[in-house]
Amino acid sequence: MFGTAQLLGVLASGVSRQLIGAPHPVLTTRALPVDPVDPGVVAAAADLLATMRRSGHCMGLAAPQIGLGWRLLSVDVSRHPRTRSCAGEFVMANPRLVSASRWERAREGCLSVPGITGDVSRATRITVRGEHPGSGAPVTVHADAFEARCIQHQLDHLDGVLFLDHVTGTRSVHHGARERCDR
Amino acid sequence: MGLSAITVLGAARPGVVAEVTSVFTRYGANIEDSAMTLLGGHVAMMLLVSGRVPPASAFPGMTVTAAEAGRGHGCEQSGLGYVLTAHGPDRPGIVSAVSGVLTAAGGVITGMTTRLCGALYVMIADVRLPPEADVAEAMRRLAAAGAGLGCEITFRPAEAEVL
Repeated sequence: MFGTAQLLGVLASGVSRQLIGAPHPVLTTRALPVDPVDPGVVAAAADLLATMRRSGHCMGLAAPQIGLGWRLLSVDVSRHPRTRSCAGEFVMANPRLVSASRWERAREGCLSVPGITGDVSRATRITVRGEHPGSGAPVTVHADAFEARCIQHQLDHLDGVLFLDHVTGTRSVHHGARERCDR
Repeated sequence: MGLSAITVLGAARPGVVAEVTSVFTRYGANIEDSAMTLLGGHVAMMLLVSGRVPPASAFPGMTVTAAEAGRGHGCEQSGLGYVLTAHGPDRPGIVSAVSGVLTAAGGVITGMTTRLCGALYVMIADVRLPPEADVAEAMRRLAAAGAGLGCEITFRPAEAEVL
């Protein structure tokens, strides 16, 4: 277990990692649960945050996107114009969706799938529970609108699912920015 | 009124849709259904047009074909709608393998988009399966075809948001 100051220090000192692009097995494999107080997991959470911060307009990342088949995600939608709820920057271990309602369709893309976007139907009100890396304390996030979409996108990554697996039809696929992923 | 199926192919440039459709207007033809896309710097249009069909010479610089089309010959409205996604490393045979499984299940592909994004090949298809089709068996065969090609395949009911 980490003390608060030590934990903040560790989470702030992550190293930006290379983003993994599809096709890659780690992006289509269900990620494994982690021990949230394991120092290796805390270091990975810090790296996830560092990678997200480095990646320009990135609003969320899942551990498989940095090559780790672990159930870790990070989110920060504070800079997005369609954000309503905003939990700020956070990282969560072993997240699970416990409630979801009010589905809406919207276009989304992925740093691991550059060059293509798609219309995906997702819940606009969700509750997610997980654990805080380092302390292992339970964490609950209630999210709506864009934050809810972003979290569900990351949860899909932890299940080896890409947004492409949810697009609503051939006319729901669009050209997107060819940028971001490092491979 | 007669119905014609027309294809128009040419170089993509600003104003090409207005240019092509104005020809139909000039000839008094009515565009009923149409689809248009840009591919690799080319524009491709397919139109179902009623009324007088303009001659190919009315579309300078474009390749135009026209054929008589009957009404009610489409099969896209029969059966149950599904959406298929296949994605994985680019390799030959993905579309033919997937479409072969769907055909064997009695399915019809009513729309398809494929994209190559770097090393990633993506195929999205709108599919109709007859009500009596064994969907579970079709999904097993799709999964097997995908595994053989290193592809992930999802096959799910199409959403119908009738309000």
